Amino acid sequence: MEKTLDLKYTFTEKKDTRSGFGDGLLEAGRKNPNVVGLCADLIGSLKMGAFQKEFPERFFQVGIAEANMMGIAAGMTIGGKIPFTGTFANFSTGRVYDQIRQSIAYSDKNVKICASHAGLTLGEDGATHQILEDLGMMKMLPNMTVINPCDYNQTKAATLAIAEYVGPVYLRFGRPSWPIFTPANQKFEIGKAWKMIEGTDVTIFATGHLVWEAVVAEAMLREEGISAEVINIHTIKPLDVEAILASVSKTGCCVSAEEHQYNGGLGDSIAQTLSRNQPAPQEFVGVDDSFGESGTPTQLLEKYGLNAENIVKAAKRAIKRK
Amino acid sequence: MEKQSIDQLKGICNQVRRDALRMVHAVQSGHPGAALGCTEFVVALYFQEMEHNKDFNIDGPGEDLFFMSNGHVSALWYSVLARSGYFNVAELATFRKINSRLQGHPATEEHLPGIRIASGSLGQGLSVGIGAAQSKKINKDDKLVHVMMGDGEQQEGQVWEAAMYAAHHKIDNLIATIDYNGQQIDGPTAKIMDLMNLKAKYEAFGWEVVETKAGNDMEAVLKGLQTAKGLTGKGKPVLNLLYTEMGYGVDFMVGTHKWHGIAPDDAQLENALGQLEETLGDY
Ligand SMILES: Cc1ncc(C[n+]2csc(CCOP(=O)(O)OP(=O)(O)O)c2C)c(N)n1
Ligand SMILES: [Mg+2]
Repeated sequence: MEKTLDLKYTFTEKKDTRSGFGDGLLEAGRKNPNVVGLCADLIGSLKMGAFQKEFPERFFQVGIAEANMMGIAAGMTIGGKIPFTGTFANFSTGRVYDQIRQSIAYSDKNVKICASHAGLTLGEDGATHQILEDLGMMKMLPNMTVINPCDYNQTKAATLAIAEYVGPVYLRFGRPSWPIFTPANQKFEIGKAWKMIEGTDVTIFATGHLVWEAVVAEAMLREEGISAEVINIHTIKPLDVEAILASVSKTGCCVSAEEHQYNGGLGDSIAQTLSRNQPAPQEFVGVDDSFGESGTPTQLLEKYGLNAENIVKAAKRAIKRK
Repeated sequence: MEKQSIDQLKGICNQVRRDALRMVHAVQSGHPGAALGCTEFVVALYFQEMEHNKDFNIDGPGEDLFFMSNGHVSALWYSVLARSGYFNVAELATFRKINSRLQGHPATEEHLPGIRIASGSLGQGLSVGIGAAQSKKINKDDKLVHVMMGDGEQQEGQVWEAAMYAAHHKIDNLIATIDYNGQQIDGPTAKIMDLMNLKAKYEAFGWEVVETKAGNDMEAVLKGLQTAKGLTGKGKPVLNLLYTEMGYGVDFMVGTHKWHGIAPDDAQLENALGQLEETLGDY
């Protein structure tokens, strides 16, 4: 079905976003000798091998000990290092929440918490590994910047940008091979939403893998005569309030789309923004208070209602409520 | 469960290894290495050592309990549970597929008989096993609790919090077994984060330690478990250091971390199955 759609963005290649992180980290390491890497027995999964190979003296294997890794990373900032920690998103957040809260967020340390295999699209490993609560946990921490890029190119650009930014950052990415539909060597501006498609009837705010689903949904809606605006919210925090309000004051309603629980996700942040400033109908595409399960990424996105078809339905519901 | 001869147990091991490999192959995901390496141990527990009830009761009153802290070894566990009658072996074909009870890592949400708690995030199972063992004591239930952990898993700090607690509270109705294969994801444990002298560490924490030096030899595994059992009830927790080889039973998989979490392709599966006699009928 996607082939016959007139998509505003297209792709010729698919790649995992974690590779964007790995390639970005290598480049950041070349640019800045203070960049160091730490990993908890997942070098291959996190694509940190190239960095380790080129900068063995700046790379530290910590073993299966994520809490220790966060503390060591925090300590390394004292003396000017810029530590990038690597493990799965689950073990980058929930498992080490208090270590992050006290030693990194509250102490305002320049640690980059880099988290792979986030969300349902992790696939067959199942619910123990499919974290859908990480954005909420991390955005609640004062001082923390939270970034969730949409494809390989944007993840690479984000990795380079956070190396230059000073302060704690949570960078979330994933495992599946995913369309590369944003430009190579793009400039990544932390906290600046990217309006990818202009529209007038409804705004789709999407983050992470679901930005691609939003692009597909826009084309499907256009075929039915509905004009959707698509905004890529790669930075969950700080949220680009201005861009959100400007778009919704034009379209009058919106949909939020994310690979995360409704509770605590991007949708929550947008709802808070709207209710404080200019209430408007909002529909949510996300996981409705349940854990995930084993399956292929595509099957899971369908079963849990996180694909383009569901964004289309949500957009129509939002428009009806105007 | 009626007791089996050594030859019967070895036959079951062959079938369980076949099951685990076919399950991982079918979805091209999962963890064959440790499943092959721990087969003798888990088969020995379920078919010989433990008193357990295949009519599953999550509280397990009056039966020995098993907890798999290294949940990535799920394919092995599911095969052993099915082969010992907890559920139909045909269900093994649903492993890691959508809507299955056989999740990638053990889970309770789908109510698969035999599973009492979710695992997969490493380092948590020893604490859980200790809790269950204390519950048994409170209930005046004299059966044992078994916990299996990985050796790489010993790098998690929580394991040592649990180890300290178990000795302090004299949890002597518990046998913890470490799959001492010397491997983890990124390489050999000695290179990733050296565990150094695990035996001395546990002894220093106040545990009795049994070493099972031939963890892929059924007779040695049974003997190790007997020895460990003989040490229970004496005021100390018991550790069974089980020396195994990751990937045991398949010549091209044995002894390397490379098969920790990679599925065999069609040709590799065929080759592997050719080395493992089908004894109970494939699912
Ligand atoms: C808390 C946590 N961190 C990381 C992982 C990812 N992981 C799964 S298995 C594994 C290696 C475990 O090593 P070991 O306990 O020796 O098991 P083996 O590889 O021998 O099966 C890792 C790091 C995890 N499941 N849980
Ligand atoms: Mg190991």
